[in-house]
Amino acid sequence: MTGRVFDIKRYSIHDGPGIRTTVFLKGCSLHCLWCHNPESISPDPELMHRPSRCSRCYACIEACPPGAISKGPGGTIVIDRASCDLCGQCAEACLYDAMQVVGRAMSVDEVVGEVERDRIFFEQSGGGVTFSGGDPLAQPAFLEALLDACRGRNLRTAIDTAGASSNGALERAAAKTDLVLFDLKHMDDGKHIEMTGISNRPILENLEKLAAGPAEVWVRIPVVAGVNDDDESAARMIAFLSPLGTVRRVGLLPYHAGGLEKAARIGRGEDFRKFESPSGERLAAVEAAFRRAGFEVHRGG
Amino acid sequence: MNDRVKKLRKQTLEARPSISAERALLLTEAYKRPEVQKASYPMQHALAFKHVMERKTVCVNDGELIVGERGPAPKATPTYPEVCIHSLQDLHYLNDRKKTAFAVDETTRKVYEEKIIPFWTGRSQRERIFEEMTPEWKDAYEAGVFTEFMEQRAPGHTVLDGKIYSKGLLDLKKDIEASLAALDFMGDPEAYDKQEELKAMAVAVEGVVAFGRRHAEKARELAKGEKDAARRAELGRIAEVCDRVPAAAPRDFWEALQYYWFVHLGVITEYNTWDSFNPGRLDQHLWPFYEKGLADGTLTKESARELLQAFWVKFNNQPAPPKVGVTAEESGTYTDFALINVGGLKEDGTDGVNELSFLLLDVIEEMRILQPSSMVQISAKGPDEFLLRALRIVKTGFGQPSIFNTDAIVQELVRQGKSVADARNGGASGCVESGAFGKEAYILTGYFNLPKIFELTLNDGVDPRTGKRIGLETGDPASFGTFDELFEAFRKQVRHFVDIKVRGSNVIERLYATYLPAPFLSVLVDDCIAKGKDYHAGGARYNTNYIQGVGVGTMTDILSAIRYNVYDHGHFTMAELLAALRADFAGHEKLRQRVLNRTPKFGNDDDYADSLMKRTFEAYFEAVDGRPTPRGGTYRINLLPTTVHVYFGKMTGATPDGRLAGEAVSEGVSPVQGADRKGPTAVIKSLGKMDHIRTGGTLLNQKFTPQLLADEAGMRGLKDLVRSYFRMMGHHIQFNVVTADLLREAKAHPEKHRDLIVRVAGYSDYFVDCSAELQDEIIRRTEHQEM
Repeated sequence: MTGRVFDIKRYSIHDGPGIRTTVFLKGCSLHCLWCHNPESISPDPELMHRPSRCSRCYACIEACPPGAISKGPGGTIVIDRASCDLCGQCAEACLYDAMQVVGRAMSVDEVVGEVERDRIFFEQSGGGVTFSGGDPLAQPAFLEALLDACRGRNLRTAIDTAGASSNGALERAAAKTDLVLFDLKHMDDGKHIEMTGISNRPILENLEKLAAGPAEVWVRIPVVAGVNDDDESAARMIAFLSPLGTVRRVGLLPYHAGGLEKAARIGRGEDFRKFESPSGERLAAVEAAFRRAGFEVHRGG
Repeated sequence: MNDRVKKLRKQTLEARPSISAERALLLTEAYKRPEVQKASYPMQHALAFKHVMERKTVCVNDGELIVGERGPAPKATPTYPEVCIHSLQDLHYLNDRKKTAFAVDETTRKVYEEKIIPFWTGRSQRERIFEEMTPEWKDAYEAGVFTEFMEQRAPGHTVLDGKIYSKGLLDLKKDIEASLAALDFMGDPEAYDKQEELKAMAVAVEGVVAFGRRHAEKARELAKGEKDAARRAELGRIAEVCDRVPAAAPRDFWEALQYYWFVHLGVITEYNTWDSFNPGRLDQHLWPFYEKGLADGTLTKESARELLQAFWVKFNNQPAPPKVGVTAEESGTYTDFALINVGGLKEDGTDGVNELSFLLLDVIEEMRILQPSSMVQISAKGPDEFLLRALRIVKTGFGQPSIFNTDAIVQELVRQGKSVADARNGGASGCVESGAFGKEAYILTGYFNLPKIFELTLNDGVDPRTGKRIGLETGDPASFGTFDELFEAFRKQVRHFVDIKVRGSNVIERLYATYLPAPFLSVLVDDCIAKGKDYHAGGARYNTNYIQGVGVGTMTDILSAIRYNVYDHGHFTMAELLAALRADFAGHEKLRQRVLNRTPKFGNDDDYADSLMKRTFEAYFEAVDGRPTPRGGTYRINLLPTTVHVYFGKMTGATPDGRLAGEAVSEGVSPVQGADRKGPTAVIKSLGKMDHIRTGGTLLNQKFTPQLLADEAGMRGLKDLVRSYFRMMGHHIQFNVVTADLLREAKAHPEKHRDLIVRVAGYSDYFVDCSAELQDEIIRRTEHQEM
């Protein structure tokens, strides 16, 4: 079985316990306007161009069979994404690594082979593999196969999910993993739809179900100024999480505008919005509120 | 840090290094005496040494608890004209150079001009050495194929064990006398030589004992004039301590530290030994005194801390003796590589980490001075808490302590034939060199430039910088049909230059053994007394000569670039590559980008590249390891660069890995800067494939941005990286916390810094891939954390 992977990062130390390798699967059912991995949202491969690496040698233009790349104003590279067929010839030709097709097909064995390379670090640190995205549940069958393969090799796993999947796929995956990193964005449904494109109802239902076990659940909250860094947002989250009883650990991930540059690289700059990072003061207030409610709070994961 | 220590720390930080001609003058005076001139070489040297120790200025500085300086004042640095003579021009450079300058006053200059230079010209060891070296040696030396440690500094490079803590110097003198009495003039043809050496050792001991007593006198004299009652009492105590040590064995913590310090000054006054002597396993040696002092109430944790801090300052007052010739023109370093070992194992194999180990780490963190250097020995048995404590100091960006694997050190030493007990009592010194402390003379003979030798291979033995043939004629590389043929040519060239280097070192070793014995150092290193042999002549229980290989990372990437692109995939031909190298890649940018970005590189856990690292290692190991030295020792390899990778880079043209002419080669066993792009676990996996156990030390530098170490997860991650590397039997790792300046440089030159990972917010990314705006913010954040 193969799936679509857009990145594998070794030495991840904030995606679960210990030293981990995070495997990023492509595709997400949410479209958060602040997304810091915009290239993760579409399930399909995308062509990414990094102007900062470009030497303007124009080898990509010569290499492109459908002629989708041209010279723009000031010598920049312009990609006609409608005629690009993602053949990857430009990336092959670009020796400066300024062109890249994001999202490659990998088999379960290939992914596991890559992950196995850091086994010694996992064993030493109590770490393992984190499947992230996008949302790894965007490729449920592939994710389950990966989790089975890891369990078969005694590799500990975590899944990092937006939590919106339906049809029991999330519960099935949760049954095969050791830890769920569950993202929570907003308690107000209208705001949630505005910011992420979908309702928070299936998400909250899934979180309630997962809280019953068997996998441990850590909640992660992207904190965005003016969206959810106010006292009321925090209070509503606490009111929801506290009765679940089993969710004890909350990670606060302060928003950062770094995603916008990445969105521009895949030609989707207009689909996202620039927000502000939460102030140190607001972040501290949110953190304090969770701590008072008895949660173990970690910044950045 | 209490007020006294603050004051002492300020004094040492503010003291300006200067050159003192005192030692040179006293030595010259001694060598002019008829009784010295007629004596055997060991006795000549010992008499002159004693003459110096009996007359040189004695310092008891304001507020000090541990006393004694090598020069007439803090940072007043003596010269060693019997080893190498500073010319007037050298003195001028030392005074004027911008970095690591040494003030030279008019009197010193005059003394040099009128007395030192005239007397020693024609008699110095440096002159003897250059006279004896062959034209092949000189060619290779001038081309930057290797360096020679002993042309300006005496072979030292050893560390003290625990012997002085149970024996006074006068007890050791009794051992010398016993050895003298046992000489067999009927059956042992070397009996006379041994007699002279042993007599010299006894004279050297007398010199250092007298030096100690003179400090007692000085302290008493100062006490008389001291108005402050508390200081008067302290000076009285200092006098008592100096009455006792170094003549007799120390009875308490204070005496133990003072004794070591006198011994240290003796060793570094006797010669300008390479890599300053050091006490080695300080927490182990001092533990009995610490325990006893706490038990009988004569010591508290705080008074022990104060004494240790007062001791620390003394190292910082002794800058490394400055070089002569062209090297004096370039900036050097004040660091003399005295590396205090903390932690490790006890002789019986149990965990050596104790309360004092933690106290020493406190001292290192609080003092934050250049010298002494410090390291922690981490054994599998040592607690994580100790490693974490050390890493919290590392995190402050001070570069100390460096982290060593005790279990690897022990295996390395045992492989070389040391007993398990001697190995466990050992550690690392200098930069990363393994040694059996107190029992081994392990001499670093020079650095060896592997990429330069490959450049010579690509040019059929001709140095493209000069057009001169200095290597073997191994053939035109364009004519090699396979990668193996090319590698074989490289292997032959390596062997050729190792032959030249070893021949030179064997002669230099005899020059030191004959003309410049080290009787005082010999008293301190087993089994010189028992054998009646000098440290320079094979008196130590174990004798090792190292040749330090430099540029393993660059070499690996060179081989990978050629094998992958020329032989395996045909991306370009050898002729095209050679043309690109000749042009320093000008007009060949595509070829260069291919080797930079599309070729397997060392440091990425890529077996294609890493297997070539192993091949390079084997070729070098095979050329060096196991060769005999004249003093009955063995040549070994280690892989460390200090800062020579910069000089070697200057001497080496463009290389097939995309490195431009003159750029530094890789340092230690670290990957080429910016070539490791898969994070620290991949670097460690690549390095884990190297057989560190067959070296005498390897040096791995890892860069971390402060954000990655900011929280508990960061510290635990770092701890587990170290533990994992050590499970793979890595020898050493040190962490450099990236500064805002380096990030600015990375922003301007991203191609060189593609390895830098930064933690952005909830995620990490490569710094060079962040937007300019984000880069600026990370730079600001880093700057903020530096303050």
